[in-house]
Amino acid sequence: MSQIPLLSILIFLPIIGILFMLLIRNNSDQSSNNLKLTALWISFINFIISLYLLFSFDQNDPDFQFVEQYFWIENGITYHLGVDGISVLFVVLTTMLVPLCILASYESIKFSIKEYLISFLALETFMIGVFCSLDLVLFYLFFEGGLIPMFLIIGIWGGERRVYSTFKFFLYTLAGSVFMLLAIIYIFIQTGTTNVETLLNYNFTRNEQIILWLAFFASFMVKIPMWPFHTWLPDAHVEAPTAGSVILAGVLLKMAGYGFIRFSIGFFPEASELFAPFIFALSVIAIIVTSLIALVQEDMKKLIAYSSVAHMGFVTLGIFTFTVQGIEGGIIQMISHGIVSAALFLCVGVVYDRLHTRDISRYGGLVNKMPIYAFSFMVFILASLGLPGTSGFVGEFLVLLSIFSINTYFAVFATTGVVLAATYSLWLYRRIIFGALIKDELSEMVDLTRREILIFAPLLVLTILIGIFPKPVIDIIEPSTKKIVSQIENKLR
Amino acid sequence: MENFLYLLPEVFLFVVATILLILGLFIKNIRLINNLSIISLLIGLILIINQPYQSIFDNSYVIDEFSTVFKSMILIGSIASLMMFISSKEDLHIDFYEFPILIIFATLGMMVMVSSNDLLSMFIGLELQSLSLYVLAALNRNSLLSSEAGIKYFILGALSSGLLLFGISYIYGFSGNTNFNLIAVNYDTESLGLLLGIVFVSAGLAFKISAVPFHMWTPDVYQGAPTPITGFFALAPKVAAMGLLVRFLLNSFGEIYLDWQQIIFFISIASMAFAAFAAIAQKNIKRLMAYSSIGHIGFALIGVACVSSEGLRSLVIYLMIYLIMNIAAFSFILSLKRNDAYFENISDMSGMYKNHPFSTILIALLMFSLAGIPPLAGFFGKFYIFVAAIESNMTFLAVIGIIASVISAFYYLRIVKIIYFDEPKDEFDGFSIRSLNILFYTSSFLIIAFFIYPVPVLSVAEYAVRSFF
Repeated sequence: MSQIPLLSILIFLPIIGILFMLLIRNNSDQSSNNLKLTALWISFINFIISLYLLFSFDQNDPDFQFVEQYFWIENGITYHLGVDGISVLFVVLTTMLVPLCILASYESIKFSIKEYLISFLALETFMIGVFCSLDLVLFYLFFEGGLIPMFLIIGIWGGERRVYSTFKFFLYTLAGSVFMLLAIIYIFIQTGTTNVETLLNYNFTRNEQIILWLAFFASFMVKIPMWPFHTWLPDAHVEAPTAGSVILAGVLLKMAGYGFIRFSIGFFPEASELFAPFIFALSVIAIIVTSLIALVQEDMKKLIAYSSVAHMGFVTLGIFTFTVQGIEGGIIQMISHGIVSAALFLCVGVVYDRLHTRDISRYGGLVNKMPIYAFSFMVFILASLGLPGTSGFVGEFLVLLSIFSINTYFAVFATTGVVLAATYSLWLYRRIIFGALIKDELSEMVDLTRREILIFAPLLVLTILIGIFPKPVIDIIEPSTKKIVSQIENKLR
Repeated sequence: MENFLYLLPEVFLFVVATILLILGLFIKNIRLINNLSIISLLIGLILIINQPYQSIFDNSYVIDEFSTVFKSMILIGSIASLMMFISSKEDLHIDFYEFPILIIFATLGMMVMVSSNDLLSMFIGLELQSLSLYVLAALNRNSLLSSEAGIKYFILGALSSGLLLFGISYIYGFSGNTNFNLIAVNYDTESLGLLLGIVFVSAGLAFKISAVPFHMWTPDVYQGAPTPITGFFALAPKVAAMGLLVRFLLNSFGEIYLDWQQIIFFISIASMAFAAFAAIAQKNIKRLMAYSSIGHIGFALIGVACVSSEGLRSLVIYLMIYLIMNIAAFSFILSLKRNDAYFENISDMSGMYKNHPFSTILIALLMFSLAGIPPLAGFFGKFYIFVAAIESNMTFLAVIGIIASVISAFYYLRIVKIIYFDEPKDEFDGFSIRSLNILFYTSSFLIIAFFIYPVPVLSVAEYAVRSFF
């Protein structure tokens, strides 16, 4: 405990940035530039700190590290932070994406830049908090608090139907989450604590587990999202500004996947086992149905949004196999999706900034004018469809492997999803990038600027690096995953 | 005579109000009278905190932890509404020096209410409060709406007082006592008359806290009364009547709580559900706040329905947070003015973030807090209410509350939508008034920073509960 409170610094540095930015007036180009630089530096410093966290993280220790615990509300509800192999990567993913998002918004946000950046930094605080908190009330606080800045980001800087989308997003997620709140309160009253570490070793009765599991599930299934409660996601994605979509796909969806691993299967293994076939069925339906829906989309962002739902289907499949492989696959799939879908939304943002339309039919033959863009888009599309050698493959392969060992039918259906993913992704790519450049309005398109290359480069490197050499990532995840799996097995026995 | 020494804060405020009443005849400086009133209320606050705990006048007037905490809340509410008054008296045509004095008298009545341990002293306090409030509601004589509000409030208030008295007579008739503690000893559990008495007294008090189905006066009075007075209605009388309700029910009928629990149960559910739907269609921000307060009272009543120390604690926490949020809400409503004209329609606020970026962030956060979204203060109020409800095996009530809070999130979000997403209008010039800014910024700060260090509020609530459990 004597070390520096690294996690608290990570969480509260953006808040300090906000306070600092409130002091800057926003009345000229110069000052808005200052605001952007401040936000960028704050988030970049946060990224550096999280890298330091990653390197000083002990890979062989399956327990929570960098633990901080202070008195907060009362005995049992404490300010309790810590990361293990599962959460540390999500923290780094978050801190990496936020500066990229701020960079990506440099030109595209035309008004109220100060409020925009403040919302983003606040969102970063909440996102990091979700992955670090080891107390259920604290978790809920961060989990729900993230809705406020996201509501504003979509609602103020979004597209035409932004009000409808942002209300739908907010009310859907809120309605799902409040049941989790009741469950958390019930847990608190039953056990007298909301400390995650203690609760992981607590045995709930079977009936309790079922009710509580359903309450947590209601929240996570809306957030991840699972079919049939996924409809808010395409709407929110389409209307959100590029950076908003990036964060939504890159991090917000992962909160729910993380919640499934940490809480649903960690606290309620019996109920999870009971409901696993149900989850498998929903996931497989999600994979196939949303892939088919993605095939007919005319809007690029909508297509990628539906593909996100399909990819999240693999995540839930993997998690509920209760095998080391499956959970690892789910986590790697989430991280890879966090990088790849973020990059794909950024790709859409690049052409949207130039032509102000997301209509696929308005594009075609971009490779002639934008070779660098075409190349990076290709890498991400291939990663999204799970080509070996990219990060998308590792996760999907592990998940399929584990589900195959449990139930062949689900595995077969899930694999058709991979084929469908290839179809819609490649078709999207063909329609935008290849073909002859015949449309007049496209003749003015310019290739990626230096700023945009700077955004794509780290994502590109990571996609390929994880694809060909996933061992460092797996090394970090493995001890904690093994611990969770053995805990579940102990409880089930 | 010794008894009056224990009444020091009450006596002090009474004397001050009387002196100010005479002073006001000769000095035509309303600002001075108002400032003197604020100062004397502050002194009263200090006296209350240092008041020794005692039950006096044959145990008909109790000064204990509970009454001290509630009185402090009431005085804070009164001070806030006096600060709102001074900023707007000319423009709202309520520049009468009687305003601060009536507020002090109402405050005095409320202090008697939360301390009273006897049906008679309870009624005296209630009437002192109500009579002052009737006058306050109709203070703007030239406004049709204000006069209507005053009349409406008077007629319905008189009806509720009648109900209350009727109930009191039943309780006295069937137990032979007016003292809460003696009633508890003497009543006959089999008698239906006593139950009738409880029902009537609860109905009378439900009028005062504007719980459904006794809420009808609230929207009209909130809309019609001048805004500083509406703010006062939302702040102090609700807290006082709630405190009185708790003491009446727990002290005299704590043993047979199963008999009255279902009444509270019902009005709590009805208030939450009704307010959640009714507020959606509102166009006037004050009407919306009226429905919002009905909903909040519904939540607070869950705390009463629990009949446990947890429940009472959550009630006190909830009321404290409610008080802070309403101070913030009414001080920003009063800031919505342009060239001496006040704006009350929600649509008038459209796009105001262009002109008032910082205040608008705070208003948005206030709305999120009223909706109960973490990490803001409003969330913790609801959190503790739900903890208490589930602990007392009233999960059903908690589920209804949760659903109501999701529905009511919609109308709070609508305000956020209007102030942020819609087309901007002209600048408001009320955001530079100092006294309003003090109120708005302090209460906003408390709402936002509450989660960092919630311990003081929690321990105050725990302290208040000691009188009962």
